Amino acid sequence: MRNIGSEAIRQAVRDACVEACCRLPEDVLSALRAARDAEQGPGRAVLEQLLENAALAGERMRPCCQDTGMAVVFVDLGQDVHIEGNLTEAVNAGVAAGYGEGYLRKSVVSALSRKNTGDNTPAILHLRLVEGDGLTIAVAPKGFGSENMSRLHMLTPAEGEAGILHAIVETVRQAGACACPPCVVGVGIGGTMEAAALLAKRQLLRPLGRPSADPALARIEREALAQINASGIGPMGLGGVTTALAVHVAETPTHIAGLPVAVNMQCHACRHAERRL
Amino acid sequence: MYQRVALPLCPDEIKTLSAGDAVLLSGTLYTARDAAHKRLFSLLSDAPAGSPPAGWPLPAPCAIYYAGPCPAAPGEIIGPCGPTTSARMDVYTPALIDAGVTALIGKGPRSPAVLEALRGRAVYFAVTGGAGMLIQRSIKAVELIAFPELGTEAIRRFTVEDLPAIVACDSRGGNLYAR
Repeated sequence: MRNIGSEAIRQAVRDACVEACCRLPEDVLSALRAARDAEQGPGRAVLEQLLENAALAGERMRPCCQDTGMAVVFVDLGQDVHIEGNLTEAVNAGVAAGYGEGYLRKSVVSALSRKNTGDNTPAILHLRLVEGDGLTIAVAPKGFGSENMSRLHMLTPAEGEAGILHAIVETVRQAGACACPPCVVGVGIGGTMEAAALLAKRQLLRPLGRPSADPALARIEREALAQINASGIGPMGLGGVTTALAVHVAETPTHIAGLPVAVNMQCHACRHAERRL
Repeated sequence: MYQRVALPLCPDEIKTLSAGDAVLLSGTLYTARDAAHKRLFSLLSDAPAGSPPAGWPLPAPCAIYYAGPCPAAPGEIIGPCGPTTSARMDVYTPALIDAGVTALIGKGPRSPAVLEALRGRAVYFAVTGGAGMLIQRSIKAVELIAFPELGTEAIRRFTVEDLPAIVACDSRGGNLYAR
């Protein structure tokens, strides 16, 4: 049994919030560079602006986008860890500190009254119990331009792989310019309603563009990406060959009567930062 | 390649700017997004017909920028401040154009009702979503104008210089997103 203090968790979440908002991961930058090289016209100008913007943000450690999102926090907790204190409180305290001390935008409101909670809490906390005595925290600030365009499709088994492809491509097409393309598309197939949605969100954390190890899923990823980029929507909807940077698909068993497909849209600022304790 | 355009727009430019024109915007604009639009719309709805509503915070003509900035860090006058999705403001926009707004600045497509309301009266510009730091560089002065309790969603007056934008929907029905 290993002890981890809640102060260490608070600090790790705080730092990861600031880092994620200000420094785009290298795989995202390299995908944006490749997209810029493939584009011409207004789409290319957009990608040049985004790359210059990202460089400026990293240099000054200020957010690349003013929508610093809701803080989605994935915690993988080793079953041989004992937490001294309250994990949920430590995560929320870390989010409040990161968004406050980092001068990030506080975008969280009560859903009905629309009153701002003031410190960007509560975090959306996804806790998973794993083997071992480690604790891994991934913070993925989620902006709502893209989150608003995400969709859940409860398909029938008869719709099969063609239905899955159609659901993915149609979601991206309808999102159009609103989701800030070029996008990353996270897809969760199977499970129940909420399991598909969470599986889709977890795909946004994968190394960008690395295909699924499952050949059938990799084929869906390839085909969906090709159809999406043939749409011509392009960077910020101004036309071009890059509407998505990547499609990441994962699958989990589901019921004999169902085929849930969740499509989580992510804007070009595919932000996340990780800490291991 | 870029055409320099002053804000608020002069009547001539409202008529001649065309969808697809790349522009650099300079002058005065007012930030307003979801919550501020709801407030403005309710001021208009409560006012007797034909008279300007009490407490109306915007001059006419004026330009509106759909944006909610990050707080200013030490040494900044405003945090990063890119555009938000314009479509969420569509339900309010025709009434705001009636009230004298002649330029709208945001990102993404607009509704048929907004395109119709633009005719002969206003222009919609798109700026690059997610380029908050670049856009921050164009903002030279900031003043809080109305609804401070809305925080990032309050109405602020910005003085901007050379803000890169593209004419997305013009005053003659031209629409860059209609493809």
